[in-house]
Amino acid sequence: MKPPVFSYHDPRSLAEAVSLLGRLENAKVLAGGQSLMPMLNMRYVLPDHVVDLGRVEGLAYIRDDGEAVVVGAMTRQRDIEFSPLVKEKLPLLAEAILSTGHRQTRNRGTIGGSLCHLDPSAEQVTVAAALDATLTIEGPRGRRTMPFAEFPVAFMTPNIEPDELLVEIRLPAWPKGHGYGFVEFARRHGDFAIASAAALLQVDGSGKIARASLTLGGVDTAPLRMTEAEELMVGQVPDEGLFRAAGEICGRIEAMDDALVPASYRRKLAAVMSRRALVLAQGRVERP
Amino acid sequence: MSDIRTIRFTLNGTKVSKVVEAHETVVDVLTRKFDLSGTRESCRQGLCGCCTIYVDSNPVSSCLMLAWFLDGTDVRTIEGLADGDTLDPVQEAFIEAGAFQCGFCTSGFIMMVKHLLSENPDPSDEEIRHRLAGNLCRCSAYPEIMDAVKIAAAKARSVAKARP
Ligand code: FES
Ligand code: FES
Repeated sequence: MKPPVFSYHDPRSLAEAVSLLGRLENAKVLAGGQSLMPMLNMRYVLPDHVVDLGRVEGLAYIRDDGEAVVVGAMTRQRDIEFSPLVKEKLPLLAEAILSTGHRQTRNRGTIGGSLCHLDPSAEQVTVAAALDATLTIEGPRGRRTMPFAEFPVAFMTPNIEPDELLVEIRLPAWPKGHGYGFVEFARRHGDFAIASAAALLQVDGSGKIARASLTLGGVDTAPLRMTEAEELMVGQVPDEGLFRAAGEICGRIEAMDDALVPASYRRKLAAVMSRRALVLAQGRVERP
Repeated sequence: MSDIRTIRFTLNGTKVSKVVEAHETVVDVLTRKFDLSGTRESCRQGLCGCCTIYVDSNPVSSCLMLAWFLDGTDVRTIEGLADGDTLDPVQEAFIEAGAFQCGFCTSGFIMMVKHLLSENPDPSDEEIRHRLAGNLCRCSAYPEIMDAVKIAAAKARSVAKARP
């Protein structure tokens, strides 16, 4: 099919974009278009107005603020893929972004667009949860920040008003030498994952796990931080048995059920993917 | 209500302009308004790569772009690869390897392979597979496509060597 007829707006500033969103009825925001355009092509959405952020100044950047990497919402996935700063400070994101769509779509797709689209199997969504990202949202009532954990309110529904825009994502960096691993299972490389897992491990001088982060993507309506498994691992010496036990916790979640993928299969994958992500992360730990 | 605009851009080296509506996609405008049928529309979801073109030297899915985005850009399609009657080495390699059956996916693959070789003249099998993951061949000519990439890479390297 073809996209439906709509009016197009291309504001040049953030203020102009916010005021348009406040004024227009039934408007959709277009960031990189790699999710919205398929939805328009399929006519899953029928907006009267499309507000394109492509020409808004100052929303694409990757900066180091010392403790975190701060990314503008309109930063293209390609720029994340090729950023030396992301590779150095956020190796988990650098790894996960390679499974996001394809080179063609990463050239257009943006991190902000993916987070607001909030597909629970999207890699950037899982990584934002894994890294405890903080989001900056701008609207007519000014700016507010929000921990990523509060962002998903329901399946593909972000905690953001129709007249607000996500402008910045702050991704805290883990200390140098931490282990990281992102793995996913998809029918085809680049497709949305049926299940994915993101693991981060920090090991102290005595060889015990000092800090752990384990997140499942694609299995529930929003990414799942597996705090129970994280707590199990902290203070322990990492080994296969421990990771298997963490994986078993992941295998007991309440997973989504749909026509193609039954919940029981997602649970099995959750256990396997999380164990693999942890093993991968452990192999990359550089001991202090 | 639909919006109408005139967009101006460079298409395969020539400056062009066209009146387009807001909701028209790039692949539709190329095939219908410029009669360039080499760029194919298939999935319209960014999954198959049949519609791959270069915008400012970057490969993109033209089914996921509104035509208005082209305003002020430099666009290259499969029709812009050959130099008169002389085919691009990648095009020649696809013919030599017989890397297609129906040919529907071929222009998208050729665009992607050419871009890959411009960045990496000697890619490994894994790099080739990763880069072509966004291109689908429903006839499943994948083994021959892999051969074609290697033939094209060898051609490009020998041309580079021959150059003083
Ligand atoms: S038609 Fe554009 S990616 Fe398939
Ligand atoms: S040759 Fe037919 S789809 Fe590839």
